[in-house]
Amino acid sequence: MAKVAYYPGCALEGSGGPYDRSTRVLVKALGLEMENLRDYNCCGAMEVKNIHPMLQTYLSARNMAIASEQMGMDTVMAPCNGCYHNLKKAEYETATSQDAMDTVQDLARKSDDPVYTGDVRTLHLLEWLMEELGPEGIKQKMTKSLNGIKIANYYGCMYTRPRQIFPEKDNGPGSDSSYQPHFMDDLLGAAGAVNVDFPLKTSCCGGAHTLSDSDTSTQLVLNLLQSAEDSGAEVIATECPTCHSGLEMHQVRAETEFGIKTDVKVVYFTQLLGLAMGLSPRKLGIHENVSDSIGLLKEKGVI
Amino acid sequence: MAIHEKALIEDERLQQHDELVVDGVDVSGHWNTMIAPRTVRDYDDDFETKIQSFAGGENVHRCWQCGSCTNSCTMYAQNVQFNPRYWIYLTRLGMKEELVKDKDIIWQCVSCNKCTNICPKDVKPEGVMKALAHWMEEEGITEKAPSTIFDEEFADQIYKTGRIEDSKVMQNFFKKTGQPLVQEWMKIFIFRMMKHLPVKHLMAMGINTVHTPRTKSWGKTGDVLKNYVREQKEAAHG
Repeated sequence: MAKVAYYPGCALEGSGGPYDRSTRVLVKALGLEMENLRDYNCCGAMEVKNIHPMLQTYLSARNMAIASEQMGMDTVMAPCNGCYHNLKKAEYETATSQDAMDTVQDLARKSDDPVYTGDVRTLHLLEWLMEELGPEGIKQKMTKSLNGIKIANYYGCMYTRPRQIFPEKDNGPGSDSSYQPHFMDDLLGAAGAVNVDFPLKTSCCGGAHTLSDSDTSTQLVLNLLQSAEDSGAEVIATECPTCHSGLEMHQVRAETEFGIKTDVKVVYFTQLLGLAMGLSPRKLGIHENVSDSIGLLKEKGVI
Repeated sequence: MAIHEKALIEDERLQQHDELVVDGVDVSGHWNTMIAPRTVRDYDDDFETKIQSFAGGENVHRCWQCGSCTNSCTMYAQNVQFNPRYWIYLTRLGMKEELVKDKDIIWQCVSCNKCTNICPKDVKPEGVMKALAHWMEEEGITEKAPSTIFDEEFADQIYKTGRIEDSKVMQNFFKKTGQPLVQEWMKIFIFRMMKHLPVKHLMAMGINTVHTPRTKSWGKTGDVLKNYVREQKEAAHG
C-alpha cells in the first residue's frame, strides 16, 4: 500500500466542500488510509503560471517536498484536477529539465522550505482508487447499487491535457487514456451505474473564465449539459471542483438569463460511489450541491 | 476571377465595380470584384523575440503553420475569428498592426490545452495566447483583461499567505473589474447554495473571509518568489 498524503487544495476547502467531505468518508469506508498534507500551499490554479511559469512549478514542488521530506510519504494524492495537473506538470518539468530542478531547489533553500528531490509521485483520486481497488474491489465493498442510473462521466481538461505531462497514461491495459478517459466510468459502472456514451468527456467548461467571460462559459456549459441529455444521461458525474461549480453556476445562469432549462443533475463521483457503499447522503454532502439531485436519487431507489 | 470567399478578405480591400472594362474586355457582372494589392512594410523584425520574453511565448518560433491548434480550439468553435494559428503567423512575421485588430478576443483563450496537447512542434499555443494578451496590456493597447486581473489577484494572495480563498478572490475581482457583485443569476445561485449548506460550513466560509487561511510555515517563501519573478521579468524585458 502506498503511503499517501492527501492534498485537498483551496477549492475543496471553499466552494468544493462537499467534494472534500465525500472524499474523506468514501476513503474511510473503502478501508484506505491517507494523511492530510501538512500545512500545504495553493498550487497556483490556472492563473499563476501566466504571471511566471516557475512560480507554479515551485508551488507544487513545495507541496511534494512537504510530503516526502517532512512526512515520509511516497505519494501525493489530489482529487482536484487543477491541483493534480499542476503537481504532474511540476513533476514532469523537474524530471525533464535539470535547469528547472536547480531553480526549484535554489528557491527552496532561499525560503527555508523543504527541498524537493523528485522522490515522490503524484496521483489523482481516480487513479488511486483504481490502483488500490479497481472495479472488482468496489464491487466487493458495495452494500447498495446505483440501480442503473444513467451517468455521463465528465473529466474536463486538466485531467488529460496536455498528454505530455502524464507519461503513465496511454500505456495500454490498466492505464487511463488521455483521449477517452475511462477510470470514472469503470468505477461507477462497477457500482451499478449505466455509463452513457458521452462525446464531450474532455471538453472544456470554460472554468478559467467562469466570471471574466460568463457568456462563453455559459455557452460551453450548455454544450455539455445538452449533449449529456441527448446521450440519455440523468446525471453528470464530476471529478473536479471547478468543473462542478462551473456546471452548477452556468446551469443556473442559462436558466435565469437566457431561459434555457436543463434537467440533468451534477453530482461528484465520490458522492455516487459513497451512496453505493451505503453511506448517508447527508455525510456525503449531497444536500449541499446546488444542483438538486435528491428527488432523482430517491426515485431510482439509491437513497 | 470570381471571388466566392469574401469573408476571408477585409472589406476595405474588396473593390467592386458595377461596370468594368479591362483591356477592352467587358468584365461586368460575375467577374467585377478585385482585391486591392498591398505591400507590407510595417512589420517588426524583433517582435517574435519580444513575445518569447513573455511567460508562455518561449516556443513561438517553432511553429510550422499546420493549423492543428486552431482546428482543435475550443474558442474557435465559438467564434471563427479566434484563430491561434493565424496569430502565431502574424507574431512570427512581426505584423503587429494586424494582430491588434483582434485585441478584444485574444484574451478569451480558456486554457483548455487542446492546442498544446495536439501541437506537433511543442509550440504551446495556449502559452502564446497568454503572452500576446500580456504584451497588449503592457503596451497599453488593451485595458487589463478581466482574466489578467484574476491572475494577479491570485498571485497576490499567494505571495501574501501561500493560500487563496475563493470568496475573497471573487470579491476583489468584481471590485477591480467594476462588475456589480450582485447579479440576478448570482443571487439565485447563492440562494440555492445557502438553502442546503450546513451552518458549520457557512460559518467556516464566513470566518475565512475575515481570517484568510494561511500556510503557517510560509515565512519567507512569498518574498523569495516575488523577488525571483521580478528579477526574471527585468532580465527578460530589460
